[in-house]
Amino acid sequence: MNASLTTKFIEVQGVAQTFKTAKGLFPALRDIHLTIAKGEFVALIGHSGCGKSTLLNLIAGLTTPTHGALLCANKEISGPGPERAVVFQNHSLLPWLTCFDNVHLAVERVFGKTESKAQLLARTDAALALVGLTHAAQKRPGEISGGMKQRVGIARALCMEPQVLLMDEPFGALDALTRAKLQDELLEIVARTHSTVVMVTHDVDEAVLLSDKIVMMTNGPAATIGEVLHVDLPRPRKRVELAEDPRYVHCRKAVIDFLYTRQGHVEKAA
Amino acid sequence: MVSAVFHAPRESASEATKTIANSVLSTGAKTSQPTNPPTPKPARDWAALSRSFWLTVLPPVLGLGLLVGLWALVSASTGRSIPTPHEAWLQALEVFSNPFYRNGPNDQGVGWNVLASLQRVAVGFGLAALVGIPAGFVIGRFAFLSRMFNPLISLLRPVSPLAWLPIGLLVFKGANPAAIWTIFICSIWPMVINTAVGVQRVPQDYMNVARVLNLSEWKIATKILFPAVLPYMLTGVRLAVGTAWLVIVAAEMLTGGVGIGFWVWDEWNNLNVKNIIIAIFVIGIVGLLLEYALVKLATAFTFEEVKS
Repeated sequence: MNASLTTKFIEVQGVAQTFKTAKGLFPALRDIHLTIAKGEFVALIGHSGCGKSTLLNLIAGLTTPTHGALLCANKEISGPGPERAVVFQNHSLLPWLTCFDNVHLAVERVFGKTESKAQLLARTDAALALVGLTHAAQKRPGEISGGMKQRVGIARALCMEPQVLLMDEPFGALDALTRAKLQDELLEIVARTHSTVVMVTHDVDEAVLLSDKIVMMTNGPAATIGEVLHVDLPRPRKRVELAEDPRYVHCRKAVIDFLYTRQGHVEKAA
Repeated sequence: MVSAVFHAPRESASEATKTIANSVLSTGAKTSQPTNPPTPKPARDWAALSRSFWLTVLPPVLGLGLLVGLWALVSASTGRSIPTPHEAWLQALEVFSNPFYRNGPNDQGVGWNVLASLQRVAVGFGLAALVGIPAGFVIGRFAFLSRMFNPLISLLRPVSPLAWLPIGLLVFKGANPAAIWTIFICSIWPMVINTAVGVQRVPQDYMNVARVLNLSEWKIATKILFPAVLPYMLTGVRLAVGTAWLVIVAAEMLTGGVGIGFWVWDEWNNLNVKNIIIAIFVIGIVGLLLEYALVKLATAFTFEEVKS
């Protein structure tokens, strides 16, 4: 892999997104320029309705931009694909399949043509073990808790060995304790797999704890990137030790300052 | 089997009413209380037991009593041109004592008539399902086909099924195929429409999963569309069977031959009103059993909606 790919693995070049609504055109995003290096963990943060998820969907290829282009590994993103796995906000597990089958569907799709059945089953088992859900493999999504569902969603995304992991508020619907536990697990998994991750969040602590780079977005409509903050905290990161680290406090303050001082008029505007 | 059920029409009717009441109760109970009333200990809670007994048994019995009462009233006020419940009961005992006799093509037992009707419904409905469900899938899946066929469906669906009978007679040159054709054409629409709507309402989340995984069209159909659409499809099937059973009676009145509809018309020509009343009960009970079986089938295949 050459040097330019390592630093410019994902490139978002002058992207704008306009939606057609009943009331006419709605400009969601404008003028987005962003580069993400291989192995980087990027958090997209901003107030509700600022187009964080829109940007994530564009990188996933689920939608196509009105203007501009997106590149992944020097190829234009023209549609979704298993090399850019998505962890959906509401986990989106298929309720009629067991956790095992939900993950296996993805494993089969990506490795089914090249590997034996036993290897595929082993991959599925490994993915479930990675998120600590071996015991729930034969349960259906309706029978497990919200946090477990989200972990199955993560396992489904990770089992594909994606080049990029895209997460849309993956822990948004969870209680604080479960969220902290899953964040720690995610830190560990990412450290092991060296994945490139783009995560949408509205949780300042989550963004600072997990990311190398925090992309702060201005309020919509026609949102754009307001500021990019590099988080230079050493890894592995421990949440308890970080809580009093001045660098952590500084990053946290910078994000809060952006969100609530400079972009704080969202309630009035909306 | 049919004869066994119909030996005692009044009893079986009350049985049937009970099953309705039960199914209504159980569907209502899903939101308010668990289906099985909790019986925590084998404690002798006779008060609660007898209370729930009366709550399940008394209302249907009262409903049936109301029907019989009204019937007796009408019978008395028309000077017995409508037979009394008692007369109909005696006649029913006689009719059901030998439901499977054959005295030539126009005089056969009620069992044979019901079976003949059910057979026509099965063939017509089966063909309709064979065509309608796949058609619903492709119409729901591809917007182009949906726009292409929606005007046709909107135009043809409101047509009374019996209006198709002459076309059937003309094309198939026979009463039996014409009746089956009528069943086919009237039961195909609910299945096409419900399946198509089901496919269109598959949550976008699931389709996004399919897109991210880049699943083949076959995998999408078997792993996502089919299970997601199944409840809609079974609703369509249920509506279709209901319509088919409504229509077969009317169609047979026109085509003749053997069948419960023909039997009604034949008894009218004989001015045997008691048998007409018995036929009405038979039609109702068979329709109810069909509906009940399909509701059971539908609940067995409906997946719990997963809420995040």
